[in-house]
Amino acid sequence: MASPNKPGDDERVPFMQRLLDNPFLLLFLGVASPAVLYTIWGIMEIIQIPIAK
Amino acid sequence: MATVSEFRICPTTGLKVHSAAEKLIKANAVVAVVFLAIGGLFGLMVALTRWQAVHLLPADWFYLALTAHGFDVLLAWIIFFEIAVLYFASAILLNCRLAAPKVAWAAFWLMLIGALVANVAVLQGGSSVMFTSYVPMKAAPHFYLGLILFAVGALLGVAVFFGTLVIAKEEKTYEGSLPLVTFGAVTAAIIAVYTIASGAIILIPTFLWSIGLVSHIDTLMYKLVWWGMGHSSQQINVSAHVAVWYAIAALVLGAKPISEKVSRLAFLFYILFLQLASAHHLLAEPGLSAEWKVFNTSYAMYLAVLGSMIHGMTVPGSIEAAQRARGFNNGLFQWLRKAPWGNPAFSGMFLSLVMFGFIGGISGVVLGTEQINVMMHNTLYVPGHFHGTVVAGTTLAFMAITYLLVPLIFRREVMFPKLAKIQPYLFGLGVLGISVFMMGAGTLGVARRHWDMNFADAALTFDYPPAAFLMMALNGLSAVMAATGGLIFIVVVVGSVLFGKKVEGKIDLTGGAAVAKYGSAGTLKIPGTAVLVAVFFTCFVLYYFVNWKYLSELWPLR
Amino acid sequence: MAIQPPESRLWWKEPVAKVELIWVIVAFLWGLVMFFMMIYWHAAGKQNISSEAYRVDPASYQKKAEELAEKYKTGERAGIPIVKPPAGSDIYLIARLWQWWPIFELEKGKAYRLHISSLDWQHGFSLQPVNINLQVHPGYDFVQTITPKDKGEYTIVCNEYCGIGHHQMTGKIMVVD
Repeated sequence: MASPNKPGDDERVPFMQRLLDNPFLLLFLGVASPAVLYTIWGIMEIIQIPIAK
Repeated sequence: MATVSEFRICPTTGLKVHSAAEKLIKANAVVAVVFLAIGGLFGLMVALTRWQAVHLLPADWFYLALTAHGFDVLLAWIIFFEIAVLYFASAILLNCRLAAPKVAWAAFWLMLIGALVANVAVLQGGSSVMFTSYVPMKAAPHFYLGLILFAVGALLGVAVFFGTLVIAKEEKTYEGSLPLVTFGAVTAAIIAVYTIASGAIILIPTFLWSIGLVSHIDTLMYKLVWWGMGHSSQQINVSAHVAVWYAIAALVLGAKPISEKVSRLAFLFYILFLQLASAHHLLAEPGLSAEWKVFNTSYAMYLAVLGSMIHGMTVPGSIEAAQRARGFNNGLFQWLRKAPWGNPAFSGMFLSLVMFGFIGGISGVVLGTEQINVMMHNTLYVPGHFHGTVVAGTTLAFMAITYLLVPLIFRREVMFPKLAKIQPYLFGLGVLGISVFMMGAGTLGVARRHWDMNFADAALTFDYPPAAFLMMALNGLSAVMAATGGLIFIVVVVGSVLFGKKVEGKIDLTGGAAVAKYGSAGTLKIPGTAVLVAVFFTCFVLYYFVNWKYLSELWPLR
Repeated sequence: MAIQPPESRLWWKEPVAKVELIWVIVAFLWGLVMFFMMIYWHAAGKQNISSEAYRVDPASYQKKAEELAEKYKTGERAGIPIVKPPAGSDIYLIARLWQWWPIFELEKGKAYRLHISSLDWQHGFSLQPVNINLQVHPGYDFVQTITPKDKGEYTIVCNEYCGIGHHQMTGKIMVVD
């Protein structure tokens, strides 16, 4: 995608390479993953701690 | 668009160097080194206090120095240097102008002012709350304000990095995909965004609480979100120093990655999973479920550890392949024996790689194992582990690349070459001692962040085993050695930057031509590296299960 | 070189060397082993921290601990009561600046539901020389079912920094037959 096609080199760029060549998509994934799995899941658990009898 | 006169062509690498980028790299790197000097000095004082026979500082000064040590080296030194690395990996490596130099300068000043304000707050004595500043212990408001300014500045710097990537792509200053080193920097920058966002979410309310506008901060929430910053900032380091390993291997030996695909996938594992390890600090906490702990502490089934283990092979593997292509083909290890051990950039990088893997990496996984953590939480094992990652790994790698930045960016010859030659070994050996002896003392139960392991003033006394005192003495001696290495680094770098002979023309970094090709993947031969990773793997497995054995002897808990 | 863009436009399609592939597979499998080891220990191991915890008001926690101490007090040491609660019962330990209160006398081999909470700042429960380390929060009652294995005198060291008296904050647990 970024590179101009050379003769005989017009094969489609594979999906994984396009993903790895897209810093902003990676930025989204890299913030969303810990935000959901670590922060939000963790906050849910802390909120659910019951009150002592 | 930038005009041509804003660039110079580097005679050594042929890269187009943007002068604004160059100035910013210099400014950030210089300030970084100053904070390393200050923070290192505080660290030495801490180590000499914990050496019970010396017991240098009184209690209040000890806790103050420990707080300052944490902030100055763990945040200021490393983040300033990382901003320099980000500008280098974007503007310089991509032949591109730096996006918005004015914003980059604003970032620089915000970080500097923030760091100074935080230091002043700590030195005034009312903010000896440790790097972690756990609520409800309260620091002076300007302590939190300093941290917030620093974080905002760092975020602006990261934004300039991403902006530069956009410009480079639009102006087509490079062809195809980003260089691997730049991709590593992208990884670091992505983790930095999550890190700084977590910091803002928790530090802004804490600041408001310190001036009385917020009445209560929940202690568990604070720890959860704070470690999203505190631990992830160390993951920025990991990504940045791995990128630096690749950069040094390329610059000094002309090494190329053995597989772009595998190395980039390893970075992708970092992007997706490395930050989950913030949970390492919450394994001994009430209320969080075992499911949350197991999933997060293992970086989602150890996928980020897989990333590190991949880099741990591909970096030495690429060096071996480059050396073999150069003709050092005898036996298993001629490539390693004939490596440029006298070049501090190489020796620093290789020591960083080995110690990060064997000391920081293995101990980190063991410490972060949900159940094993109960034997180590808040003992000296913890600082033992992270001096193996952040000092032996990151700091040594950053020192190593500084020996290349001095001629390439500052365009000065490295002064005192004989001192520079021994510096990585001296510093590395010192840090090795610091890590190992603190881990040893932690295994014997010695508490971290503790002024008096004699408990002389305690109503109920207790004696740690004598071996623990020996460990702390050896730790003190190691700290003296590391501090000497650190001092040499600072003398060499500051001397070279100020008074070094100006470099004109091409410099010989590689001691030979860069290696263009290794041959196809089918013929790649790196048996030496295979042996090295096999040794590493054996140590890892043995140490891991030895700790389970220790755990099985502990009092039953459920 | 790693400081230049990949030579091949479609680098994703380049083959991976066998030695590298083997290492990736070994490292991945090792990660699975370590992951399932933690789960296995929950099923078969005897040392798993409980996540049982309750929100609690520090004053009412203090009251519970004081009532228990008054009921089962057997002596005093350095001004701190020594308390011998019945085996198997709920016992309440207070962490505060800069003291662990009270001193418990426990029976070897008997399980106790040990509650820990702080009345002020965060503290670190570090039982020595056994080396069991737990974080103590104010406002949260953390419950562990703990079974002392050997008799003797054990010390609780505070290993979470809690201000200038941090290094004086010690407590005791006595284990008897």
